[in-house]
Amino acid sequence: MCGIVGLFCKTETHRHELGRLTAVMLREMRDRGPDSAGFASYDAGAPGRTRITVLAEGIEVDWGPVAAALEKVLDAEVTVRSVHDHAVFSTGGDGRAARQWIIDNVAGATVLSYGSQIELYKAVGDPDLVAERYDLGSRTGTHALAHTRMATESAVTTNGSHPFATGADTCLVHNGSLSNHNRLRRFLEGHGESFQTENDSEVAAGYLSWRMRSGDTISQALEGALEDLDGFYTFAIGVAHGFAILRDPIACKPAVVAETDDWVAMSSEYRAIARLPGATHAEVWEPEPARIYTWSLAA
Amino acid sequence: MTTFDLTGATRRELNQALHDASGGESFEVVNPRGAHAVACGIRADIDVVVRGSVGYYCAGMHQHGRVLVEGNASTGLAENIMSGLVRITGNATMSAGATGCGGLVVVGGNAGARCGISMKGVDIVVGGNVGHMSAFMAQAGNLVVCGDAAADLGDSIYEAQIFVRGDVESLGADCVEKEMRPEHVETLRGLLAAAAPATEGAEVSQFRRYGSARRLYNFTIDDVDALEAEREGAIP
Repeated sequence: MCGIVGLFCKTETHRHELGRLTAVMLREMRDRGPDSAGFASYDAGAPGRTRITVLAEGIEVDWGPVAAALEKVLDAEVTVRSVHDHAVFSTGGDGRAARQWIIDNVAGATVLSYGSQIELYKAVGDPDLVAERYDLGSRTGTHALAHTRMATESAVTTNGSHPFATGADTCLVHNGSLSNHNRLRRFLEGHGESFQTENDSEVAAGYLSWRMRSGDTISQALEGALEDLDGFYTFAIGVAHGFAILRDPIACKPAVVAETDDWVAMSSEYRAIARLPGATHAEVWEPEPARIYTWSLAA
Repeated sequence: MTTFDLTGATRRELNQALHDASGGESFEVVNPRGAHAVACGIRADIDVVVRGSVGYYCAGMHQHGRVLVEGNASTGLAENIMSGLVRITGNATMSAGATGCGGLVVVGGNAGARCGISMKGVDIVVGGNVGHMSAFMAQAGNLVVCGDAAADLGDSIYEAQIFVRGDVESLGADCVEKEMRPEHVETLRGLLAAAAPATEGAEVSQFRRYGSARRLYNFTIDDVDALEAEREGAIP
């Protein structure tokens, strides 16, 4: 199973309560995936700054010296703050280089995301507790994605939890399973992507990152995904200033979308949408198989 | 009329009250907010109105009574319906009317993928379009589509009838267009009337009929060749 939700604020109206509304949606999807959860949220960020969210599960890391070492590598100022077992670095330097350096040099750490807008948190356990521990409810911003996981093909681990992000401000939540992810992972590794788990959904995130790094728009990247990804999927995707949805051509995995003047919401089930402000008057529809849906903020 | 507000009442309380009804009662359900299994297992001649959208398996295993949903329904609307009426004003997602053995299911808007999958005698009338693989392995009953049908309509169909007013993107294996004979016109006219107002503006003359070519009912000579080849060891 698994439950996915996404909320994209088209106007200012609900940006101050993005996290609270996302938590409400996540709670409704709790029984679709009670073993672990995660969320990513996008805000305006600070000009010229990249944030890198890092998970160090079950180990103690003294983040100060890590930031100091990273400063030397990037030749740019780095600050860090910790949120339970996550740390959020901020730098004016190269985010992609920072991600790779942390993967290569901080034993036991997993880089969850990097970009100017995104922060990403995930953990094993009850989705409500995960949302509470990382204070999803107080987050503000333009859009958010969240996932509740019911592991069916691999162990219940934080590294198997969604969302997955391998490229700048590009992240994905997935309901389904891919069947050609091992071959695709090897291909992408040969084209400059690096992966930190054995998870199929991370490969999908890496695929989009690779396409977008090569100059594709999110729509072009998803057109490629329809050709190159084999398996079952309903994806909700976050990018800088944008939000997208894609289902495979068979469309076994559920999805429903609702849109008002103020927001677009996507979920595995309508009950996650039903509690949003204005939901009763929203336009509600089921995304069609193999059709790419995108929304973006006016620049 | 008895009202259940699902912000307070549980679905178990609602469904138990519907199961305990003996006939003639009316019920109203408010604030369903996408809840699953609303009004499942009704067995008496009762009326239920649901004000808002419902989740999975609404009015599943339905018999005798009438359920009206003022909103949308998610996966498996009226799954395995035996008799009676289930009507929604909005859209249904996948597998509406799946495996239904009798009764009538009316979807005012569009129905998603696999509408009427494995239907076994139910009549399904959709005011809008149906998604891909609708009437997959349909065995008996009628599927009426006032809009368009997406790809692979009626794949591996048995003896169900499909009537489509708009375009058919493609027909599935062994599904073919068939002549509309007087008895089909009569059936269709009755269903369009029974499903009104979801069928407003639809005329019997605008529909085409689709059904089984019955080519998958028996082994063909090609299959015999395959069996013999296997016996001779040509196929491992």
